[in-house]
Amino acid sequence: MNGSPVLFALDALTGALFLLTALGVVATRQVLASLQLFILQSVLLAFSAVLLGIAQGSIHLFAVAAITLATKTLLIPWLLRHTVSAEVYRTREIERVLNIPSSLLISAVLIVLAYVVANPLLSTVAVPFVQVNLPLGIAAMFLGAFTIAVRREAVPQLLGLLAVENGVFFAGVAIVPNLSVIAELAAAVDVPVITLVIGMLTRRIHARLGTTAVGQLASLREQ
Amino acid sequence: MELAGILIVPLLASGFALLPVGRRFAAPVTLVASAIVLGLAIAVAAEAARTGQVAASGEWLTCDGLGALVLLLVAFVGFTAALFSWGYIAESVKHGRRKNIQLYYSLYNLFVLSMLSVPLLANVALMWIAVELTTLLSAFLVGFEDTPEALEAAWKYVILTTLGAVLALLGFLILYWGSRVAGLEPFTWVGLVEAAPRMPPALLWTAFLFILVGFGTKVGLVPMHTWLPDAHSQAPAPICALLSGVETTTVLYVILRLFPVVGGAPGLDARPWFIGFGLLSVAVATLLFIHVRDFKRMFAFSTVEHMGIILVAAGLGGADAHLGAAYQMAGHAIAKSFCFFAAGVTVLGVGTQEITAVRGLVRSSPLAAIALLVGSFAIAGAPPFAVFVSEFVILKAGLASGHYVVVALLAVLVVIAFCAVMLHVNRMVFGVPAVPEQEIRAVTVTLSCKVTLALAAIPLVIIGIYVPAPLYDLLKAAASAMGG
Repeated sequence: MNGSPVLFALDALTGALFLLTALGVVATRQVLASLQLFILQSVLLAFSAVLLGIAQGSIHLFAVAAITLATKTLLIPWLLRHTVSAEVYRTREIERVLNIPSSLLISAVLIVLAYVVANPLLSTVAVPFVQVNLPLGIAAMFLGAFTIAVRREAVPQLLGLLAVENGVFFAGVAIVPNLSVIAELAAAVDVPVITLVIGMLTRRIHARLGTTAVGQLASLREQ
Repeated sequence: MELAGILIVPLLASGFALLPVGRRFAAPVTLVASAIVLGLAIAVAAEAARTGQVAASGEWLTCDGLGALVLLLVAFVGFTAALFSWGYIAESVKHGRRKNIQLYYSLYNLFVLSMLSVPLLANVALMWIAVELTTLLSAFLVGFEDTPEALEAAWKYVILTTLGAVLALLGFLILYWGSRVAGLEPFTWVGLVEAAPRMPPALLWTAFLFILVGFGTKVGLVPMHTWLPDAHSQAPAPICALLSGVETTTVLYVILRLFPVVGGAPGLDARPWFIGFGLLSVAVATLLFIHVRDFKRMFAFSTVEHMGIILVAAGLGGADAHLGAAYQMAGHAIAKSFCFFAAGVTVLGVGTQEITAVRGLVRSSPLAAIALLVGSFAIAGAPPFAVFVSEFVILKAGLASGHYVVVALLAVLVVIAFCAVMLHVNRMVFGVPAVPEQEIRAVTVTLSCKVTLALAAIPLVIIGIYVPAPLYDLLKAAASAMGG
């Protein structure tokens, strides 16, 4: 019922690569490279969903995989290209809040923290896939949130947000393999809408202010 | 049938506002739609007050006392803000494009729709989506004025509250996981309360913390509140009324829903977390009041304060404290939306949000001055108003249950907040202008803004003095849904 050791080993490998892409999104400087890493991460999420679908015989997980591929590897890059101007798209981020070595050091702490958070939950279930997906999903969430905190450019902040969402779904495919079809469809709509709204906001900020370094916008604060 | 109607009417109005014929009629159609929704919501609330439960359209839509209270508040502020928008938006977009106005009303209806669906959707996963949509649909309304500040506020608002919602999503997935372990099929609030004792406590507790922090961001709990004063001060006044008056309440409603779920599990106690987050929010908001320079920002901090008070009341536990919490939710939504209408009239008149730039308002615009004064008294908790009564009920319930330290801290903070708000407003209304010969602009207030202020003042004044029996029953039903 819980699948063969081969599937489990493949899922563990996918999980490791998934975490690496999350680290890549933290560390990379090129806006375009962040996007490519995000696409790769989404492919790995879909692959994990397929593996779990085979192992648990759940048709819902194949649907999740298909939706993930359609929205996150095709629709989102297309939406970004059409809402955000090419200039933003090719930006190389010079300034960041923290340098890359310190960021990676903090990332390591966050990964340990994710295991601390997940640990009490792991003892309650016997499904082996949860042992891989839950802590790694939470780790990817934390890394995505950290990405938002250290980035100053609009598009990398958005990609950090989407990486958090990927982390939630990476954990989600293992812990709730049979969430209803409605919720899947809604999730499929949610992510593109986030991208569309934030992408259009980025365009307006670029048009109005001539920059997308949203981290430097600081006219609103307590005196 | 009413419940489905409440969701369909704003959807139709939103579509209509985008049509080419909607150009001139977007505002009146929105007003009519929100009036119909308010009528339906009153019917639903009356029903819920009588029976405790209105089930409609089978398993998808449902509404109990607490849901009906939130529904009624959203519908009420949705209606008054629509009326206020008519004059305000036309005035503030005078030179802008008409297209913008159509987009404004279309998004306005969708935003209100998303808030209305939060208390109505029976399935908790769908409810999460509704909460997420409240952010995404209001992002452009927050940045509507297109100033650098408004866009900055909109950016912070979307990024931080969406991040919070995604954190909460993991919480809901873990909650679903726990409910499956406990053998629960439909993922509803009623089912969760019932299944809670059988859930593994570790799952329930982790889910609770993720949802509290995630949705707490959207409620504006300290320390996740940083986006709130920006968004709630830069959006157009009617949108501020919705954001501050009811959007925060709608999300707080979800957190309050968790209270009986967590309370049902053996060995778990959410109360210290509610009281801790609540008191911290009240304390930080109170300190920020003293130095605030922008009067819309001041009302935004007041929202952080009130969300904290309601959370403390829920955490104190017991039927009386929960009744106080429900009453405070109602009093806050009505008074805060009124405050933002008053602030909107003032901004249109004086053209600034700086507290120091507004002096002697009572001479230049008596209407704005009186509205600002009445609204501030109501929100700060002066005696004849509802907020005073609810705070009194909460403090009394806290004393009765032996939470002396919490009550003492809360009482001191509330008094400081009251003094700070009234000091600022007093200077704005009665102060002497820095440059006496400065020409006093004759402030023209559009008819729709005047009517809104008059209409919104009716419940503002009444519910502090006299709570009609059906409303009292509704508050009781809401309190019992919180597990009081």
